[in-house]
Amino acid sequence: MPKVNIAKKSTDTDMTPFVDIAFLILSFFIMATKFKPAEAVPIDTPNSVSSQKLPENDAVMISIDKDDKVYFSIMAKNEPQIAKDIIKSAAEARNIPVTDAQADGYFPGDMIGVPFSKLGAFLALPADQKKAYVQEGIPIKDSANNELYYWIAATRTHFAGKPLKYLIKGDNVAKYPAFKAVIDALKKNDEQKYNLVTMPQAAPAGTELWKERNSQPEAKQ
Amino acid sequence: MASLDTGDGGGGHKKGPGVKKAKKLSTRVDMTPMVDLGFLLITFFIFTSTMSSPTTMDLNMPKDTDKKEEETKVKMSGALTIMVGKDNNLFYYEGELTNENASSAFKTSSFKEIRDVIIKKKKEVESRYVTDEACEAKAKAEGKNPNDCRQKDFFVLIKPTEEANYKNVIDLLDEMTINKVARYALLEPFETEKELISATEGASPAPAATPAQ
Repeated sequence: MPKVNIAKKSTDTDMTPFVDIAFLILSFFIMATKFKPAEAVPIDTPNSVSSQKLPENDAVMISIDKDDKVYFSIMAKNEPQIAKDIIKSAAEARNIPVTDAQADGYFPGDMIGVPFSKLGAFLALPADQKKAYVQEGIPIKDSANNELYYWIAATRTHFAGKPLKYLIKGDNVAKYPAFKAVIDALKKNDEQKYNLVTMPQAAPAGTELWKERNSQPEAKQ
Repeated sequence: MASLDTGDGGGGHKKGPGVKKAKKLSTRVDMTPMVDLGFLLITFFIFTSTMSSPTTMDLNMPKDTDKKEEETKVKMSGALTIMVGKDNNLFYYEGELTNENASSAFKTSSFKEIRDVIIKKKKEVESRYVTDEACEAKAKAEGKNPNDCRQKDFFVLIKPTEEANYKNVIDLLDEMTINKVARYALLEPFETEKELISATEGASPAPAATPAQ
């Protein structure tokens, strides 16, 4: 009977290419990752089909958290001085001045959510205490004492002649009256164009927008 | 095997009798823990990376004015009013709400159904369109789609009540973009509308319930 010789094949696999790919992917993710900036106040924004990118400079952001508290932040990483000027003149407009040393405690992008009466003390806090400080929100409810109005007025003066965007970032469960109060403060300053911050989502299938986007992939609304 | 082949075993040379034999240590490295760690890190970075950065949507509000002639005029036949109540309830009516038609025109809806309502109303307005050359010429001159003129009488009024939340408003504004509604506005509900909403909410707590017609 003829013997069938089955060649003994090694069950070893050379893992080197596998490891190569794994580390390639790893390096890609390490480089591509942009960590979420630590937020003092978590805000869960709604989704929208909009595809415009969020500007990082020359913008002010008005945030509304889930308890309808309003925060103001100046997005001017290029020019930190402008943010300090805004703080000083906004506080001066309310006759509760902030000293230079106190204003130095502000870094662009930080959220301010205190009334002017507590602003100086809040800014002077060291960074770690600032994070732990529970801010009560900028008073906006009472239209006669809408402090956001002064913030926007000061911003307008200091950004005069530059493109400035008003970003409104609201939490899913924030109530509409808070949003309306923010809009009212902006309207009082003659500002009618705003950008609402949302998370992207795909256009629902079958709708007109979906048809348009799928027929011409480059088309951006 | 998960190992690096260093190609040893090429045969040792003969050593003299006095030479001590060095113990042969394998130069193979077990790569399994390295692979484990590699994939662990990949998983970590995949989860923490923010691939989808936030986007923004435009909102343009009209200037507040006291002058009658500066106000935007809306044709009642092409108007659709959508109100947002509490617990994500929507209410809508077409055209004008009068005392006579309040019970039949005022309808309850939800976010699932509202898209069909908007599309239906838009189609209805478009079907009534009579060619308006001035509008089409203007659209062409401005580089816009002349087909937008077909819906020039269509106007959606979004009226959130005090109980509406921010997400509802964004969802409705988004619905305008999704359905390509060219003209819409965000306004305050009238007192009569507020009363109707609270009456309906009080009468039928179930969101799906539609008033009898």
